[in-house]
Amino acid sequence: MSDQAIVKKLKAKFSSEILDVVEFRGETTVTVKKEQIVDICTLMRDDLGFNLLCDLCGVDYMGRSPRFMVVYNLYNITTKKRIRIKAPVEEKNASIDTVSTVWGTANWHERECWDLMGIKFNNHPDLRRILMPADWEGHPLRKDYPVQGPDREPYQGRLS
Amino acid sequence: MAANTETMTINMGPQHPSTHGVLQLILELDGEIVVKATPHIGFLHRGIEKLSEHRTYHQTIPLTDRLDYLAPMSNNLGYVLAVEKLLGITDEIPERVQRIRVIMAELTRLKSHLVWLACHALDIGAMTVFLYCFRERECVTDIYEKVSGARMTSNYFRVGGLADDLPNGLEGDIRAFAESIPEHVEEYEGLLTGNKIWQKRTIGVGEISAEAAIDIGITGPALRASGVDWDLRRDNPYSGYEDYDFEVPVREGCDTFDRYKVRLDEMRQSARIILQALDKLKPGPTLADCPKIVLPPKQEVVSNIESLIHHFKIVTEGFKTEPGEIYQGIEAPKGELGFYLVADGSAYPFRMKIRPPSFVNLQGLPQMVEGKLLADVIAVIGTLDIVLGEIDR
Repeated sequence: MSDQAIVKKLKAKFSSEILDVVEFRGETTVTVKKEQIVDICTLMRDDLGFNLLCDLCGVDYMGRSPRFMVVYNLYNITTKKRIRIKAPVEEKNASIDTVSTVWGTANWHERECWDLMGIKFNNHPDLRRILMPADWEGHPLRKDYPVQGPDREPYQGRLS
Repeated sequence: MAANTETMTINMGPQHPSTHGVLQLILELDGEIVVKATPHIGFLHRGIEKLSEHRTYHQTIPLTDRLDYLAPMSNNLGYVLAVEKLLGITDEIPERVQRIRVIMAELTRLKSHLVWLACHALDIGAMTVFLYCFRERECVTDIYEKVSGARMTSNYFRVGGLADDLPNGLEGDIRAFAESIPEHVEEYEGLLTGNKIWQKRTIGVGEISAEAAIDIGITGPALRASGVDWDLRRDNPYSGYEDYDFEVPVREGCDTFDRYKVRLDEMRQSARIILQALDKLKPGPTLADCPKIVLPPKQEVVSNIESLIHHFKIVTEGFKTEPGEIYQGIEAPKGELGFYLVADGSAYPFRMKIRPPSFVNLQGLPQMVEGKLLADVIAVIGTLDIVLGEIDR
């Protein structure tokens, strides 16, 4: 099945949910509203055969509204096809439903996304920090988090 | 008399020789049976994704060496392929570059599998194999040193090419090494495969079905040992892998023993690919002809003013990319290594997400050990072939 056919099937079922379809370097990215993300992912897995969630991550587009984007990189092991689903998440009360019920692997990816990007996953079975210490404050991959860490002078380069 | 059913919680790691780095496991035990296993990771988190947002595309290559430090060239390859895809110069890469990249990637697979076998066998009681494997691994580190100057953090690939061509005479060394691999693998098999202790410690240990493995996201040799015939080198070829004739070992046992057999067979196949690539290796340029992106050859930088200017501009300013986003996955020794890059048109990646195979594979550990013996935890950590450098990034 070509990417167009996949998008067509998705549109047939969720026409009001799809915000944008972009093709870049031969890869298709479908942007959808976040409300029905679990249903969309279930359809992708069951009807379109995307049985492997390769990767899930958040992207911070600070200054834009909505600020965040949650990205799902999917793979179909039978047809060896990739597709990408994205869902925008607003800054205030940043949250989206968990897809760990669709793909078990999402569990740790979502924990990482919460830890580093500060996006909450509703109904997640175990939403704890994963890479940073449990008592860490802030979410390091956000664009407004300084690269040198909190409360430190920015690196000025070598002085000598 | 009623049995005492109280469970005991013990801590394993992060300072424990069998956790292959700084992995901490909280194990809840009922006697010798594991009731619950909770991995804790992050002790080696260096913020590579965050750092990359503040560096030019070239400056991120040395950071990728430090992901899976047992297979640095695989990480380099995944990253440069991702950047080349983002730039749209995948078709410009010269043939010689692609062949050398394949040779290096397969040597890296051998290197990684050798360390895996050495440590895995040592963990479950076979000391000799460790010494044998490190003997061969030393040959790969020597080759690494000759091409890149470093034995572990190679930083050899560049966007659009290689740091330098292979030094004179190295092709012969690589060929001799690749030709010796089948014999060495026979040696390891001779020590382990028919060994009763090895069989007791591996057969039926850490079983995971194909459905469960895909659900939890396990990729690479661990998935192929559960009967899923999927290898990115064959199914989504990159860097010219479609030119080589090799088999993808698949087994149905789903257990530690079959994962061991799959990896050993992969080593034989890697040697085959290296020999084919050496046969097909022809002289040619080692950098793509994209002067605004690719660093000019060193010799030209010191003799040609145009090249000097390009070199200076690319090193100081980096190169700009079109806005867009791409995902590039490669078959790293441990599974699918993916790079998801978002570009905003500047000289820095807007966002780089690494999909480390070990991170995802480790997630399968609890369901592979729960209800099993404590001693099996050690075998399962070994068979998953995790490297904390890429789990924690």
